[in-house]
Amino acid sequence: MPWDRNQMAARAAQELEDGMYVNLGIGIPTLVANHIPDGMTVTLQSENGMLGMGPFPFEGEEDADLINAGKQTITELPHTAYFDSATSFGMIRGGKIAMAILGAMEVAENGDLANWMIPGKLVKGMGGAMDLVAGVGRVVVITDHNNKRGDAKLLKECTLPLTGLGVVDRIITDLGVFDVVEGGLKVIELAPEVTLDQVKDRTEAAIVD
Amino acid sequence: MSKVYDSAAAALEGILFDGMVIAAGGFGLCGIPELSIQAIRDAGTKDLTIYSNNAGVDDFGLGLLLQTKQIKKMCSSYVGENDLFMQQYLSGELELEFNPQGTLAERMRAGGAGIPGFYTKTGVGTVIAEGKEHKEFKGETYIMEKGIFADLAIVKAWKADTTGNAIFRKTARNFNQPAATCGKVCVMEVEEIVEPGELDPDAIHLPGIYVHRLVQGTFEKRIEQRTVRERA
Repeated sequence: MPWDRNQMAARAAQELEDGMYVNLGIGIPTLVANHIPDGMTVTLQSENGMLGMGPFPFEGEEDADLINAGKQTITELPHTAYFDSATSFGMIRGGKIAMAILGAMEVAENGDLANWMIPGKLVKGMGGAMDLVAGVGRVVVITDHNNKRGDAKLLKECTLPLTGLGVVDRIITDLGVFDVVEGGLKVIELAPEVTLDQVKDRTEAAIVD
Repeated sequence: MSKVYDSAAAALEGILFDGMVIAAGGFGLCGIPELSIQAIRDAGTKDLTIYSNNAGVDDFGLGLLLQTKQIKKMCSSYVGENDLFMQQYLSGELELEFNPQGTLAERMRAGGAGIPGFYTKTGVGTVIAEGKEHKEFKGETYIMEKGIFADLAIVKAWKADTTGNAIFRKTARNFNQPAATCGKVCVMEVEEIVEPGELDPDAIHLPGIYVHRLVQGTFEKRIEQRTVRERA
């Protein structure tokens, strides 16, 4: 049984450590916040200028001056701090953020990441993704193992414009957990009832022992 | 000499010219200089180059200046919320320069601090690095990015005293602080202007030296993605 979105997010939450400062991307990575273990202090950064991001507000308590990087209304916590965008990316580029958990369109076996642009389609922009992958301590990607057409997303080389070169450390898909190592991707864990042969069949990147 | 003006139109009087470069604060629609954008639309200033993280939405924020085709070039990190932008870009009417978000913020900060260029790891090996100087430091490759020196900065703060000492509110600070510093002239709009002495000097986010003209107004403060949770 491959993992569903929530199970992937729950698996990604196992990457968290007490005291970590973490940036979560838009999409499945956002769900990781729902799986932070009780008793563990993890401070979420929102790159538009906030450390200590709280949950969505109750209806009627939305504040136009308090949003996350996905432009959603959020709330603050007792230990929240606000700052400007230059300071925010100073802490990202400066390696102060321990980990970023991000989505992906393609990941190559050497850790190259493409997650911002499909040529010929509408171009929206990279936002803060290039800064995050260049600066944070560890980059964990959460993605479906294959796209909607069934094509592999873990490739020998990315075909789409890159977000960063050799930046991905770990990949969590619906089929399992993979680390970028010398020579390819190493299987760390498989989802229940998923076999290594299934994974190899659905992966273009080299799977190494 | 008072920095306080009655309206954004009055504050922008004599500053605007066709072909000028403007740095704007705001992230999405949060903390955008609503009043100056509307006043620039009304003034009809054309061929603008605008440094702003986003391009507003179709009928609000910088989208208003797209409607009137006053913008020649946008320099942004993310423009996905604006259909009008896409139409004008795809038809070739509008130039677009993508800047990674942190690079854009640092380019504003650097320009305001008198730094014409700096090196960053962000974008190395991507299309962003094409045509830019590469340099190695301690075995890692960096690219050079340039400071932004704008003709005008338009920003929004929460409160300021009459000398321009300003305080922002929550995540509405975002690009307003670095943008304010990189303009030859900075026009700041605020929700409340108070007398000097009413703000705690230790709590000032942006010292008034960066602020040349100041206007108080009322704001729509539109929310882009209203998300709520159920009450337990």
